[in-house]
Amino acid sequence: MKLAYWMYTGPAHIGTLRIASSFKNVHAIMHAPLGDDYFNVMRSMLERQKNITKVTTSVIDRQVLTQGSGNKIIQNIIRKDKEDSPKLILLTPTCTSSILQEDLDNFIKKSSLETNADVLLADVNHYRVTEYQAADITLKQIIQFYLKKYISTTRFQTKEPSVNIIGAFSLAFHNQHDILELIKLLTELNIKINLILPKGASVEELEKIPRAWVNIVPYRETGLLAAEWLKNLFNMPYISTTPLGHENLANWIKELEYCLNSKGNYNFNFNNFIEYNTKFNSQSFWFSRSIDCQNLIGKSAVVFGDSTHVAAITKILKKELGINILWAGTYCKSDQKWFHNTLRKYTKNIFISENYSVVERLIKKASPDAIFGTQMERHVGKKLGIPCGVISAPVHIQNYPIGYRPFFGYEGANQLIDMIYNTFSLGMETILLEVFGGHERQVPDKVSFIAQEKYAWTKEAEEIFAQIPIIFQKKIKQQIEKYAASIKASLITPEILYEAKASVTKG
Amino acid sequence: MKTLLQNKPNSYCETGNYHTFCPISCVSWLYQKIEDSFFLVIGTKTCGYFLQNALSVMIFSEPRYAMAQLEEGDISAQYNEYSELLKLCLKIKKDRHPKVIFWIGTCTTEIIKMDLESTAKKIEAEIEVPIVVANANGLDYSFTQGEDTVLASLIKKAPLRKKNYLNPTTPQLFLFGSLPNFLSTQLSLELSTQGIKVAGWLPSSKFTQLPSIAPGDFVCGVHPYLSRAASTLIRQRKCKLIIAPFPIGPDGTRAWIEKICITLGYSISGLKEREKQIWNKLVEYTNKLEGKTVFFTGDNLLEVSLARVLTSCKMKVCEIGIPYLDKRYQAGELELLEQICQEQGIRMPKIVEKPDNYNQLDRIREFQPDLVITGMALANPLEARGINTKWNVEFTFAQIHGFGNSENLLKLITRPLSRTEHLVHT
Repeated sequence: MKLAYWMYTGPAHIGTLRIASSFKNVHAIMHAPLGDDYFNVMRSMLERQKNITKVTTSVIDRQVLTQGSGNKIIQNIIRKDKEDSPKLILLTPTCTSSILQEDLDNFIKKSSLETNADVLLADVNHYRVTEYQAADITLKQIIQFYLKKYISTTRFQTKEPSVNIIGAFSLAFHNQHDILELIKLLTELNIKINLILPKGASVEELEKIPRAWVNIVPYRETGLLAAEWLKNLFNMPYISTTPLGHENLANWIKELEYCLNSKGNYNFNFNNFIEYNTKFNSQSFWFSRSIDCQNLIGKSAVVFGDSTHVAAITKILKKELGINILWAGTYCKSDQKWFHNTLRKYTKNIFISENYSVVERLIKKASPDAIFGTQMERHVGKKLGIPCGVISAPVHIQNYPIGYRPFFGYEGANQLIDMIYNTFSLGMETILLEVFGGHERQVPDKVSFIAQEKYAWTKEAEEIFAQIPIIFQKKIKQQIEKYAASIKASLITPEILYEAKASVTKG
Repeated sequence: MKTLLQNKPNSYCETGNYHTFCPISCVSWLYQKIEDSFFLVIGTKTCGYFLQNALSVMIFSEPRYAMAQLEEGDISAQYNEYSELLKLCLKIKKDRHPKVIFWIGTCTTEIIKMDLESTAKKIEAEIEVPIVVANANGLDYSFTQGEDTVLASLIKKAPLRKKNYLNPTTPQLFLFGSLPNFLSTQLSLELSTQGIKVAGWLPSSKFTQLPSIAPGDFVCGVHPYLSRAASTLIRQRKCKLIIAPFPIGPDGTRAWIEKICITLGYSISGLKEREKQIWNKLVEYTNKLEGKTVFFTGDNLLEVSLARVLTSCKMKVCEIGIPYLDKRYQAGELELLEQICQEQGIRMPKIVEKPDNYNQLDRIREFQPDLVITGMALANPLEARGINTKWNVEFTFAQIHGFGNSENLLKLITRPLSRTEHLVHT
């Protein structure tokens, strides 16, 4: 057992559901107790989804505990097949189902005899893998299943160079903007897009995967397993560099050039494209050389989040802006070797932890000029008075902006530099304000609210009034007295207090 | 699949495939209510993930709750639950100094049959902090019923009061159900205008000030989802339960006070006028609601009470979905609804217990109601299909009890309609 208030990654089934709900025609059935379908709430709320999330629950209740869930699951699978006619039904185990140790595989086999849809059991263990790892595993599992199914169909490479993007997910950080930016980049490079996975793809299309020349996996956390498998089986190279920041972006394009040239009779050279975009099209390259950014040199920062974003952004902070990285860390334990190797060059202190209080302690100890982290670090920053830019999941609804906010590509570099600059200058502004005596503040005087007034208050009324949070007291008191004046009362009793409250809630 | 329950022709039971919050969510309001408490939820990452997302900003304000997150070793009983829990509770005691620790059992503790009750007894003695064990799991309960299980366990910890033999004729009145202090004071005041003194509330705002209840005392609930707490008070503490409608809306508040007055033998003064006065102030809202149709998908057990208020506002209720209906505990509420329907010459709305969200969507498509009161999983998709929705969780957190909050309640309900109107007109 461990004491926990907050977690950086969700349970395994969330990863599986994120993959399942990303596909066009997949329905996930969770084997879970009532209330575990909070995923639907998150998807409908954070992503403001217009469609009902294709996730239902085969509810584990007392009856299931005594009689087993076999019949219920089978009925629910068959029912969903009739109602929604999905192409694939993915039975998703949860922490509860994993301790029941029922033969879910057998239920799947039985039910698939009666469904038009394919039926699969997500192969994830709640107690062993995190949300991201589960997503990685599930994506590979689905791709494997369909490629094995269609393996007999003749495989050919598209005539013109094309790529698969494996990295479009639901509930991922700035994902839809990132993917749009990638599409834009590839279009400008005249490279065709064969498939974007898994978001928006239908499972029948998966047989087309091997037609692409190269697989692109922009986020390390999810997609690498599938890409590795495709490389082994179909000899498809993949690019796992994240196109985030100028240097990474240039590397990403060069890798693409190399992979494409190795696959066909092409002789691509993207150097001019890179140079033009870096120097002229993008604003951030110039911005970091402008006089304003001189002031950032030597400022210090700490970086924490998933391995993809931390690695890329640490690099930008250090190499493109000259910021001193006091430490960089990630909660992605499974990727720690890569994380260490990549970041060694940029900071002496690297750490891996899933415990937010360790992160908080390290922020306090380092006391940086700015933090780049998740929503949790933003709140730590608030507490400590250090500005924070949010660069990674887990995030809130404000991190699902409707405006165009990619992190990838040349526009992403622009967005990011704005964010970094604003984070630091916000901190500077606060410090300067303090130096010059701060805003002219009107500190409310807690004590004198009731004491020296023209209205007398009964003791009971004062007690009730004291239950109101202090920040609202001043305003509410004015309203109470206004109400008392309107009914010509001179003594404030609890009744008057509540009547006054009722009189102002109108409208 | 629909089967007829009992003899009431309008009450059905469906498949139980519906969205609701897990009952452990009750820690979010109970830790705020009971100021000297600490809530330890003994469960998995799934529970923690739900709480951290559902509680949102609360998480960052160092709440007095935490997860005792079970690992593989706990499940396979490699670790000893007594020493694991002792370790955590000692740490909580050292860091937070609570006067009581609530252990919230979950699905996992239930399935692996952790004997929390007896472990709690041992640890309680060891750390010298009382421990209250409540099993608020998704196997048995939904959403607000979490509070019910916690209160039922808490009642067992309330001190016993010997009967006051000097004055044996006047048993005392206790109210149960968690409300912010500001609200519970307001309801107590309403009763005091009828001359009735409330001897105490369960829960009290401090564990150390739990009211002492004696056999024969009267108790009355303020929430429709407290049937276990009610039966614990009746069976274990030998209290007399006043079965009344719940003080939600002007009609409910009036009927609630009336029923308490009648039971305790007080004469009623000025209540009808008071109710009328409140309704008069609400004309602006009731005009907006009159004649419109409303559909409850059901998830928090407030549905019958809300449907009753809306029927009083002359709305037509298409369906009352509800997770669980205790017909005895809610008898007062159901009677009031029936009475209002009779007065208006309309049929009782259909009540669907353990609803099936998928089937409900079909019925919503058919009815095309003016307003659907539903969870967040369905709200945006319905809005995108041109159907007004109100997120039902808001009713659990907003102040809706008593005469004074009737306006709050109607404001919540009319907001989606006003928004649509506003968007059309601008």
